Amino acid sequence: MAVGGKRRWWWKRRAAVVAGVTIAVSVWVGSHCYFRRENMAKAEEALVSMCEERARMIQDQFAVSVNHVHALAILISTFYYQKQPPALDQETFAYYTAKTAFERPLLNGVAYAERIIHSQREIFETRQGWTIMTMKREPSPMQDEYAPVIYSQETVSYIEAIDMMSGEEDRENILRARATGKAVLTKPFRLLESNHLGVVLTFPVYRSGLPEDATVVQRVEATAGYLGGAFDVESLVENLLRQLAGNQDITINVYDITNASEPLIMYGPQIPEGYMPLSHVSMLDFGDPFRTHQMHCRYREKPPLPLSAITTPFGIFVIIMLGGYIVFAAKNHYDNVKEDCRKMEELKVQAEAADFLATVSHEIRTPMNGVLGMLDMLLDTDLNLTQKDYAQTAQVCGKALISLINEVLDRAKIEAGKLEIEAVPFDLRSILDDVISLFSSKSREKGIELAVFVSDKVPEVVTGDPGRFRQIITNLVGNSVKFTERGHIFVQVHLADNLDLGADEKVYSGLNGLSQSEKVQIMSDCTFDTLSGFEAADTRNNWENFKLLLSDEMFLPEASTSDKEPDIVTLIVSVEDTGIGIPLRAQDRVFTPFMQADSSTSRNYGGTGIGLSITKCLVELMGGQIDFVSRPNVGSTFTFTAVFKRCNKDAIADTKRTLSEALPTGFRGMKAFIVDGKPVRNAVTRYHLKRLGMAVEVANTVKMMLNSLTRQNSNFRTGRQPYIILIEMDSWYTGMDVYLHNQLLLLKQNDCVLELPKIILLVTCEYDKMSTGSLVDTVINKPLRASTVAACLQQVLGMEKQKKELSNGPTNLRNLLAGKNILVIDDNKVNLRVAASALKKYGARVECAESGKDALSLLQLPHKFDACFMDVQMPEMDGFEATRQIRLMESKANEQISNGGASRGEDSMIVEWHLPILAMTADVIQATYEECLKCGMDGYVSKPFEEQQLFQAVAKFLVFSYSSDQLD
Amino acid sequence: MSLMALREQLNGLVNSMFLEGLLDDQFEQLQMLQDESSPGFIAELITLFCGDSERILAELTKLLDQAVVDYQKVDAFVHQLKGSSSSVGAQHVKLACVQFRQFCEEHNKEGCLRALNVVKHEYYLLRGKFDTMLQLEQRIQAYESKQQI
Repeated sequence: MAVGGKRRWWWKRRAAVVAGVTIAVSVWVGSHCYFRRENMAKAEEALVSMCEERARMIQDQFAVSVNHVHALAILISTFYYQKQPPALDQETFAYYTAKTAFERPLLNGVAYAERIIHSQREIFETRQGWTIMTMKREPSPMQDEYAPVIYSQETVSYIEAIDMMSGEEDRENILRARATGKAVLTKPFRLLESNHLGVVLTFPVYRSGLPEDATVVQRVEATAGYLGGAFDVESLVENLLRQLAGNQDITINVYDITNASEPLIMYGPQIPEGYMPLSHVSMLDFGDPFRTHQMHCRYREKPPLPLSAITTPFGIFVIIMLGGYIVFAAKNHYDNVKEDCRKMEELKVQAEAADFLATVSHEIRTPMNGVLGMLDMLLDTDLNLTQKDYAQTAQVCGKALISLINEVLDRAKIEAGKLEIEAVPFDLRSILDDVISLFSSKSREKGIELAVFVSDKVPEVVTGDPGRFRQIITNLVGNSVKFTERGHIFVQVHLADNLDLGADEKVYSGLNGLSQSEKVQIMSDCTFDTLSGFEAADTRNNWENFKLLLSDEMFLPEASTSDKEPDIVTLIVSVEDTGIGIPLRAQDRVFTPFMQADSSTSRNYGGTGIGLSITKCLVELMGGQIDFVSRPNVGSTFTFTAVFKRCNKDAIADTKRTLSEALPTGFRGMKAFIVDGKPVRNAVTRYHLKRLGMAVEVANTVKMMLNSLTRQNSNFRTGRQPYIILIEMDSWYTGMDVYLHNQLLLLKQNDCVLELPKIILLVTCEYDKMSTGSLVDTVINKPLRASTVAACLQQVLGMEKQKKELSNGPTNLRNLLAGKNILVIDDNKVNLRVAASALKKYGARVECAESGKDALSLLQLPHKFDACFMDVQMPEMDGFEATRQIRLMESKANEQISNGGASRGEDSMIVEWHLPILAMTADVIQATYEECLKCGMDGYVSKPFEEQQLFQAVAKFLVFSYSSDQLD
Repeated sequence: MSLMALREQLNGLVNSMFLEGLLDDQFEQLQMLQDESSPGFIAELITLFCGDSERILAELTKLLDQAVVDYQKVDAFVHQLKGSSSSVGAQHVKLACVQFRQFCEEHNKEGCLRALNVVKHEYYLLRGKFDTMLQLEQRIQAYESKQQI
């Protein structure tokens, strides 16, 4: 999955979590508010109902009292019936009122005051026996009218004889009452005696005969007196409320709001208290239309928030969170499972593809090998020309098919990520030599120069994957050989730091797009400073640049570079050819599989076009890049970088011993003279000679060489080393041999040289041999390889006269195996016998073992074996296990040696025990090979033995032995 | 019969075996391995091969006769037979073994039995030819020793 996608997914997930929590919190808050409001509404409702209940109750009680007073007033008026003064005395009144007090629970007491006009005062006073008093208990001054209390209930007897009209409130009340004939209330005031807040109720008492619709004057005239009572509102209300539920919770205020702007308090605290925001107002009607009253109720305290208003939302919150988490987890799980599933599908597809390819290719290869074998046999029989041609074509096609299958398998593996890059120390130069020798016969046939040059600064041994490196080089060189008919193919390896790529970039990228006419012009320039003199596509490889690189190397002494060597070595490898080039329109799909320049390419040159795509994959796997420059009809240069690790010194020494077919050291200090007019080519020759440790001089022509020989004679006389002259074929002409020979003889006579120098000709094509003279010591066929040169020199100088030509396989194998002690392990007797006699044929001394265990007992240290061939599939202990055991034994022994413990055979020069073990297996697939290496084997050979493969496998581990017993 | 005639007969036999595909180039390799130092090499190898093969075939017949077949064992034996036949160059036997192993992998008893029959058939066919070959070689050697005397 892309990083962006992952981040987006992550953000999405985060947003989902935030949204979920937000929703939960808002639901929580929302429900909490809802519950609160509900609670308030309920509280208000309760308040209203409580308030109304109280108001109604007070009002009712009040009305009952008022009604009773009214009744009392009517009763009194009956006593006036045709009586003056009435037939009632204080005693009777007091008695009656005391007895009926329960009917007037809200009244302190009642009293009756008679209406006395001034003219009757004296009569009245004498009748009563007291004078009319004012409220202040003083004899009343003269008034128009008086209203002295004559009867009073015992509870209020203190107001007897007091003139009610002397009090402001009472007077007003009296006047209003007699005018209306209805009950009248005063405004609230502090009552006498009790000092409670209260109101006074006043009823007029009329003499009988007053009509219902009497006028005010008539009413005043008919008034006999006034009945009054005091309501002790405060205590009475309190008593009343006490009887009701919820009394503790609410506070009540009763107001007289007759004067709306200035409400007078009748009951309750002066300053309103309690929970202010919530209150209810009920109207009270006390039966006096003139006065209006109100009752205010509120809670004493803020109504408490019920617990459920907190717990319920919290519960909901928790439930939502849990639900959200469940959904989230489920989604997550679903995503994970989906992702896993997708990955598995991918892997499955990959595995299936890879497996399928592996199986299919294996299945195809097996019968194909049969076909090829049959074709081989067919070709050995007597065939006429046409038949032979057909059979050969079939064979070529079959081989192409096999190689295609191998390539497809490779590519499938790379794509499936199964291809792993090894990291083993290897000698780059010898690998390049191997590749060169692989193509040597083809290049000779075509007459192409094939050369390799490795910069001195490239370390001798690097750590990396030699197999893959070889594959890349082989692919590129193979392509070049295929598409090149004249000129050269030149492989160069430099350190990346030495090449300044950037500067040249423009120059050659421009060349890619050269038009036809320009190209012709370039072609018309006769020679170029390249390897063969033909023009190359990439101008960087011409002599000018090459010289710079070389001089660079010379100026930097090795000490300075070895000082601070980085761990990583980045190499630039370029493969340059002067072939047909890649058409411009095909250049951008060169690395696409199965894309050849055009369909005619495969017809003309064969191949499938998968090679370069594999090469690109491999290069990228090795941490490099590949690019190319190509000009049609001029050539192509493929350049790639490869990253290797530097080896430490020990590893180098180790590898040299085991890996590289060590170059003979016998040439150290020898002098050589190269005669070659082409600077690039002589640099290559010099490179190979230098690898052999020789001192090299260069001359452009034979004459120049002779001149310098004459001049420097003194140098050569001192040394007794033989002297070698290598001459390129194009500096040679018929008759040259005689001339040169004479000249050299002359030099010898002049004591310029001690011995006649050996003359070696370097030729590219086979037919060149014909034109060489008899006085030439030998001819080396190009491409040059250090080992070939060494072999030739040995032959020329008589160092190894017995040595045969290197290219002769079986003899080589014989050389390798002769006299060696070899152990063959196979549970199959037939196989064992065959393998043993095959090895014996090459001169090896063979011992056999039929199981891994037998082998282990034979291989107890110290033993005499030089190598071991091991069957992989064996009962009890298979080859892998046996190898592991052997390696274990060896490492133990080696430890002892390094500790100075055990001593071994004195004649042995090897420092450590390491028996080369080669697996023998019938199915030679990569997997088996990897398994072999994993358990400590050194290689494998197919069963039954194939000569070439056997040689390759064995050559890595066994050193050529020159002991006398195998010479023939 | 003269020595020449015997040699010719032997060559003819071997060639016909190559042509029929009974033998492959591995046998050729073996022929190359036989020289003066080891004159009886091929004879020895063939005897070894025949003994080995017959033992394996007997084992296989026994194994496949059982109600419950141990395919792993069968496979191991067939693998062994395949190995030795390819070493000798007995191509047909080898191919039959390959077929056999496939059935074995599928745990296909019927197929295995059929394959075993094929292998047996191929083996006995080859065995007959090998017998003739060995007899011829013996006679040739007898002649040669007589001549030397």
